[in-house]
Amino acid sequence: MISFIQQIVNGLQLGLVYAVIALGYTMVYGIIKLINFAHGDVFMVGAFTGYFGYTLIKLPWPLALVMAMAVCAIVGVLNERIAYRPLRYAAPIAALISAIGASFFLEYFTSLKFVFGPDYIVIHPPVPDITWIIGGVRITIVQVIILGTVVVFLALLQLLIFKTKMGAAMRTVSFNHDAARLMGVDVDKTISFTFAVGSALAGMGGVLFGFAYPELWTFLGIMTGLKAFIAAVLGGIGIIPGAVLGALIMGQVEIMTAAYISSQARDAVAFAILIIVLLIRPSGILGRNELEKI
Amino acid sequence: MPLLEIKSLGINFGGLRAVNNFDLEIETGEIVGVIGPNGAGKTTIFNMLSGYYAPTDGTITFKGKLMNGLRPFQVAQQGIARTFQNIRLFPQISVLDNVRIGFHPRAGYNLVDSILHTPRFIAREAELTDQALDILATLGLEDKAYIKANGLPYGAQRRLEIARALAVKPDLLLLDEPAAGMNPAEVGRMVDLLRFVKEKFDLTVLLIEHQMGLVMPICDRLVVVDFGEVIASGLPQEIRDNPKVLEAYLGRSAVA
Amino acid sequence: MDKKKQVIMALASVLVLYAVLEALMMVGIVGPYWQEIMRYAMVVTIGALGLSIMYGFTGQFSLGHAAFVGIGAYAAGLFNLTFRHYGILAFLGSLVVGAVVAGVVGYLIGVPILRLKSDYLGIATLGFGFIVTNGLQNSDKLIPALGGARGMTGVPQVQGFGWYYVLVLIAVILARNFIFSTHGRACTAIRENETAADVVGVSPARTKIMAFTIGCALAGLGGALYAHNIPFLHPDSFNFLESINYLIVVVLGGLGSLTGTVITAVGWAFIWEVLRLVLGPLYDFRGVIYAIILIVIIIMRPQGVFGGIEASCLVPQIKRRKTHAAAGD
Repeated sequence: MISFIQQIVNGLQLGLVYAVIALGYTMVYGIIKLINFAHGDVFMVGAFTGYFGYTLIKLPWPLALVMAMAVCAIVGVLNERIAYRPLRYAAPIAALISAIGASFFLEYFTSLKFVFGPDYIVIHPPVPDITWIIGGVRITIVQVIILGTVVVFLALLQLLIFKTKMGAAMRTVSFNHDAARLMGVDVDKTISFTFAVGSALAGMGGVLFGFAYPELWTFLGIMTGLKAFIAAVLGGIGIIPGAVLGALIMGQVEIMTAAYISSQARDAVAFAILIIVLLIRPSGILGRNELEKI
Repeated sequence: MPLLEIKSLGINFGGLRAVNNFDLEIETGEIVGVIGPNGAGKTTIFNMLSGYYAPTDGTITFKGKLMNGLRPFQVAQQGIARTFQNIRLFPQISVLDNVRIGFHPRAGYNLVDSILHTPRFIAREAELTDQALDILATLGLEDKAYIKANGLPYGAQRRLEIARALAVKPDLLLLDEPAAGMNPAEVGRMVDLLRFVKEKFDLTVLLIEHQMGLVMPICDRLVVVDFGEVIASGLPQEIRDNPKVLEAYLGRSAVA
Repeated sequence: MDKKKQVIMALASVLVLYAVLEALMMVGIVGPYWQEIMRYAMVVTIGALGLSIMYGFTGQFSLGHAAFVGIGAYAAGLFNLTFRHYGILAFLGSLVVGAVVAGVVGYLIGVPILRLKSDYLGIATLGFGFIVTNGLQNSDKLIPALGGARGMTGVPQVQGFGWYYVLVLIAVILARNFIFSTHGRACTAIRENETAADVVGVSPARTKIMAFTIGCALAGLGGALYAHNIPFLHPDSFNFLESINYLIVVVLGGLGSLTGTVITAVGWAFIWEVLRLVLGPLYDFRGVIYAIILIVIIIMRPQGVFGGIEASCLVPQIKRRKTHAAAGD
């Protein structure tokens, strides 16, 4: 029983990291209906930037976190400007291919020797090594930091979306670009802002990921990004609470499979669950299935 | 026996009753018009007839066969073809191929013939092409056969949709606002065309239309629908003079 | 030019090209290294033709195509490994086995998941791809010869370029025949407007499953060739990134263009080598350059390089008759 609770805690740690990455996928999909393949790589950039922030520049880790978020926001906005905006009104597949190109670019560019380099980097998290044991369950300070940071930023995101003018603009644009334009919303600016927010969250996810799973390389974003994306789809892509729900489920599924079935099967089980959910609820757990109008 | 027999047809969307207790019988060779204000449920009836929506209650019997539960492609194979209010062609392929797709269930050759281009394939393809060109000629589109469908002007796209429906070899043709967006001269030409096509292909026609310039001269009978229910039916002249119909179209205050 | 002449010219150029390539190999200008890449290009072409049919022509998105290539490769590999004393017969048999096994798996997975639309179908196929890779990694627990995560070795190799070349030719011709038939038209109709296709009597479910099965069988055929070109089969050679590569080839080639698929597939198979030659000491930048090429091409030609274009020798002649011949009756 104690070990089961321990697995839940571990699953929660993973799920929370997935959640902040999944939010970026879901926000971008909600607003321009694009699977932003490069998002996982923005996450990777965040992980490295944070690492260099608290090692090379010797910033305290919260400042390094902010720096990583800022850098990722810029990367995300540039990415949209350069690779997606010219294709916004082309067939969706064109933008998807461009996103794949952007993803490759970030991976290969950062793996150059003068950027992040091609090798694995092992991190020593810049936090004291504290572990509490509560009723036999180990809880690390990293887990507490992850939980605290993610909850704070989720609350901030909620405020941003529902209590600010920009949030209203984001909701309008995700509903319909033309209608938003007619209502005087600056669609380009709103999309840029969405990328900035989503990418900053991914950057945060990257830094926290580095604390929890302290081994980085520049192709790290592919699998982690995919898992987070799958989580967003599982919950219902385009729906913010769905991304968090999907991510938490995904974290538990992976950890539980690794603990009780086989650690090799974790991806297969996660994807099998995804396929089954899609077959039962084609738009995800919280997604709405709309009847096609003829 | 009527060609088409609809009995107390109804459908709910969530809590909304979109069509209620709709009855209609159509004899072979008739042209029947369904009219009514926007949102009255006309297209919903068509969508049930062509198999898109499963009716919540009631029956649809066509040529003595119960049609409830058939998928759209099965309905088409039974001999009911339709057009759409908002034109739905296959835009990136040729006008000719738009029509030839209508022959698909009766192409007369199988997948192996297709992959190997067997003599049977070659013979049948030539026949299909001939038949398609004939249909296109009837609708005045033969000289456009080799251009892409999205290269046609609006009126020609409407005619191509009818041509494609004819390739299905239907007994019953459902036309959803065939004259939408047309000026009176074009409506006049559509009237002539529909009459001609109906005779040539031995059709029974059920059509939805707002343009009285099309409905009045062409329809043998009219059915008026409002709020998903039949509020009147009869000869075109009778309907024109029916106060209930005016009321439905113009709103209660205008009549009172 | 008249159609017959066009086809004869095309076939003649295909023969001449083959003769030239064989001659270059014989005198040693094209060495074994490049020969392997040429064969790989043929593998990619056949696999891409499969995705072209299911996505380019039928509009059914797949992010798991390489999984079917892998299934074909492993099935063919196992077959030839088992029956290797039969020599070339075992090779030919393994081609059939690879295509059939991948086709059957494609059919079985297609039936449930083809109800999903666009991105969701892509995601489901992506998931399936992961399940296949994962399964192959553990395959040795069931069939030791498959090698699991250690990879599979010992499949007899077939290095005659002619086999690969001829199979590509056959695949192109069969794919072209399929596309220009009522079945191919049904596929295109589904891509263009599923609702309208349904209403003229084309069953969306059946058509999609047919296209998906054929596409997977072609992927399997490509995989079967792959198994004979590279002496070491590993699950990672058929992973998600490889599926993405097939998608890139088909989209950059232009959806709905067999010509585009073939040319881009061959071009793509060589691009890394070409970048290696061109970049020289700047070889480290190859990935960055590749990414930039990808983005630039798709921004310049969102419909793909050959979108909407088909080599005229592939398009069958359609009977034309004088206008108004049948009018007026």
